[in-house]
Amino acid sequence: MKKWTLIGFVLLFAFSIFIVGCGGKETNTSSQPASENQNSGSSGTDSSTNNRSSLPNGGGTLVFGRGGDSVSLDPADVTDGESLVVTKQVFDTLVDYADDSTDVVPALAEEWDSQDGLTWTFKLRQGVKFHDGTDFNADAVVFNFERWMDKENPYHQGDFPYYSYMFGGFKGDEGHIIKEVKSVNPYTVQITLNRPYSPFINTIAMPAFAIASPEAVKKYGDKFGENPVGTGPFIFKEWKRNDSITLEKNPNYWMEGYPKLDKLIYRSIPDNSARFIALQNGEIDLMDGLNPDDVTLAKQDSNLQVFLRPSMNVGYLAFNTEKPPFDNKKVRQALNYAVDKKALIDAFYNGLAEPAKNPMPPSLWGYNDDIQDYEFNLEKAKQLLAEAGYPNGFEVDFWAMPVPRPYIPQGQQIAEAIQAWFSEIGVKTNIVSYEWATYLEKTGKGEHSMALLGWTGDNGDPDNFLYVLLDKDNAKGPDAGNIAFYKNDELHDILIQAQQISDQGERAKLYQRAQEIIKDDAPWIPLVHSTPPLAGKVNIKGFVPHSTGTDKMTKVYFE
Amino acid sequence: MLSYTTRRLLMLIPVLLGMSIIVFSIIHAIPGDPARTILGEKATPEALAQLREDLGLNNPWYIQYWSYLSDILQGDIGTSLRTKVPIAQEIWPYLAATFELTFVSMIIAVFFGVNIGIFAAWKQNSWIDYGSMLLALVGVSMPVFWLGLMEQWIFAQKLQWLPSIGRFDAKMGFESITGFYVLDSLIQGDWQRLWDIVKHLILPGIALGTIPMAIIARITRSSMLEVMRSDYIRTARAKGLHDFWVIYKHALKNALIPVLTVIGLQTGLLLGGAVLTETIFGWPGIGQYIYNAISYRDYPVIQSGILVIATLFVFINLIVDLLYAYIDPRIHYK
Repeated sequence: MKKWTLIGFVLLFAFSIFIVGCGGKETNTSSQPASENQNSGSSGTDSSTNNRSSLPNGGGTLVFGRGGDSVSLDPADVTDGESLVVTKQVFDTLVDYADDSTDVVPALAEEWDSQDGLTWTFKLRQGVKFHDGTDFNADAVVFNFERWMDKENPYHQGDFPYYSYMFGGFKGDEGHIIKEVKSVNPYTVQITLNRPYSPFINTIAMPAFAIASPEAVKKYGDKFGENPVGTGPFIFKEWKRNDSITLEKNPNYWMEGYPKLDKLIYRSIPDNSARFIALQNGEIDLMDGLNPDDVTLAKQDSNLQVFLRPSMNVGYLAFNTEKPPFDNKKVRQALNYAVDKKALIDAFYNGLAEPAKNPMPPSLWGYNDDIQDYEFNLEKAKQLLAEAGYPNGFEVDFWAMPVPRPYIPQGQQIAEAIQAWFSEIGVKTNIVSYEWATYLEKTGKGEHSMALLGWTGDNGDPDNFLYVLLDKDNAKGPDAGNIAFYKNDELHDILIQAQQISDQGERAKLYQRAQEIIKDDAPWIPLVHSTPPLAGKVNIKGFVPHSTGTDKMTKVYFE
Repeated sequence: MLSYTTRRLLMLIPVLLGMSIIVFSIIHAIPGDPARTILGEKATPEALAQLREDLGLNNPWYIQYWSYLSDILQGDIGTSLRTKVPIAQEIWPYLAATFELTFVSMIIAVFFGVNIGIFAAWKQNSWIDYGSMLLALVGVSMPVFWLGLMEQWIFAQKLQWLPSIGRFDAKMGFESITGFYVLDSLIQGDWQRLWDIVKHLILPGIALGTIPMAIIARITRSSMLEVMRSDYIRTARAKGLHDFWVIYKHALKNALIPVLTVIGLQTGLLLGGAVLTETIFGWPGIGQYIYNAISYRDYPVIQSGILVIATLFVFINLIVDLLYAYIDPRIHYK
């Protein structure tokens, strides 16, 4: 039977090669002149733009391949990365992250300062225009903030999830951080806070808080998400749903000499392998979501280069500390001794990750490098389990994620590896999984005993890891960020204190102390900080993958 | 013929009604509050109340069903929760993409399937016969995603003859008029683009067309063998007619009747079953549309997507039945 199947395959391929081979010859002969046309500019739709791709200072069209389509192009109304990746090119924020770090640099605001941490004054860049030709000024900034924060505002059409999430709700809500936004003069804006909030300036740099053209918001209403108008380096041109989004160069961009590219196209190709083939075949120029296994292939290909995104994530195994036996600290510590992170990284990340000992990645300030991780030591684990009253171990469900994420590329397989180590210390686990939305919903409600999950940072502030993922404020269903349901009052006091002082050195000390507490209480097994790989044509220059996962393409060009 | 057509059309009414009830109950069959199912756990009480009002959830089910039905009849098939765009408005480009792909796949499947089947029957018990039937067996049992990936690997990655993803070269850009890109480029008289679009259709077309091709080949062969044994064929042969004419002029018409049914069924199946192919080839069709809706729990889209596909399926079957009766006049007497 096997032999016949094999012969069948051979026959089938002979047959299909024959069919396509006949057309293939034509393909070769006719595609040759076609590409020449594009380069010489004698015909073809984009002859003029493609012609310039040979110039050293830029031009040309870059096609970026990614796994999914955007939801909406109104940055204030979305939370998904695929939407923000595109809006980042169309819109500018008041301040931005540096190209290679989460340090805050000027963008639409040239200068800013705050004496008391409560009143922030922004001096705006002059002479900037929105893509629809209207002026960018203080009124535009006020308009945007009013739109986000005031539920009564006629243009508050949408959920504005990031706003309410980062700034404690909307106007009138208890805990709302922003008190008032007003224009002092046409190019000065003053933002007053209700209480000191140290991550404020880092937060304002998030792509969700980009400044949209007030006229366009008024004109398009709830259709603004399909007709985005900002001041960014690229102008929105066309959106073919589930296929591609086309952006064109903004010739009047405020940054002198930028952007370099004439055209930028985002293409959705759901399958990672198919996307990589498209890259090798020249259908796209740059892609994210490269399979760790394909990294070697990409490195061997002389037409391609591999980029590594600096890590700003953490993949972890959370124990539900409200459920026995995980309400026992010794049990949690015991299991921490039973995972060989190095082996996981070699097996599932192709080496593109580092073992995690803290809940936040080392690229963030405030990282505590003095923490000694639990070593891989099954004997010690057994001993601790015995001390905790489980000399023969126990049996528990182990939740594994159904979808690949940058921090956990293969949930099921990673869970199986960990399962094997646990079984050696007598802990029997049954791996269970749910469809992704259900998984998030159920873990958010705390139905699990232990579960794999991870987090990618939003704004480069330690608060965005420690407070969001491990503070008792976030240990509440139905939408808990803290799925360990870990509650420690000392930690809570530290984290709240760190939110309220503006001196970064002082804050760093508090966060370092916080990491010590967390290490000892062991609500998680922190597994890895991964460096997600991307691949692109070898002649792409100026592309610096950003740790936030949202790359600005202003300086990218073809050599 | 006319009365048969009328009867057949009238029969559609209960079928479509039954189907709409099934689709209608999708939301209601899920345990719990439909409004909460739709909006998710994070929904605010106001939003829930609003949606309950919009869906008329406070009414008895038959009133809800009636308003659902009248909405459909007025062309309102709901609004996507994710994009907040009316589904009737955003579904067309996806449908058109799937139609185009399905059409090409069926052309490939019918052309190769029928001819392989004929050839096998003609040269019965020869190595050609065995070879092509083995091929058909492999074709039926081959997973579509595997075939798709292999095609990409060979023809896009290694040989670089054909593009591996999408409907057109993104760098060229494309303004669509009808949603059918082949047609569009013909209307625009742009041959270079037509060639580009045809090239993009080849690999997914083969991947999707392989299973129906294999099935058609097998059915054609057996039906052909049966017809070849009949008296009138023997007569035709006895007259000294060349085999080629006997087969293509006399035998094929009768042999095609069962084949036609299979073609119809397969077309319907392809429409709904293109999900894997569309995912692998980045084809923005209805399969991907519904697949995405499922991953985002966009229930109105799932509901309406299924409704649209099911309706198409019913209509394709109708067309097949009518053609069937047209080709074989005995059928509508039954």
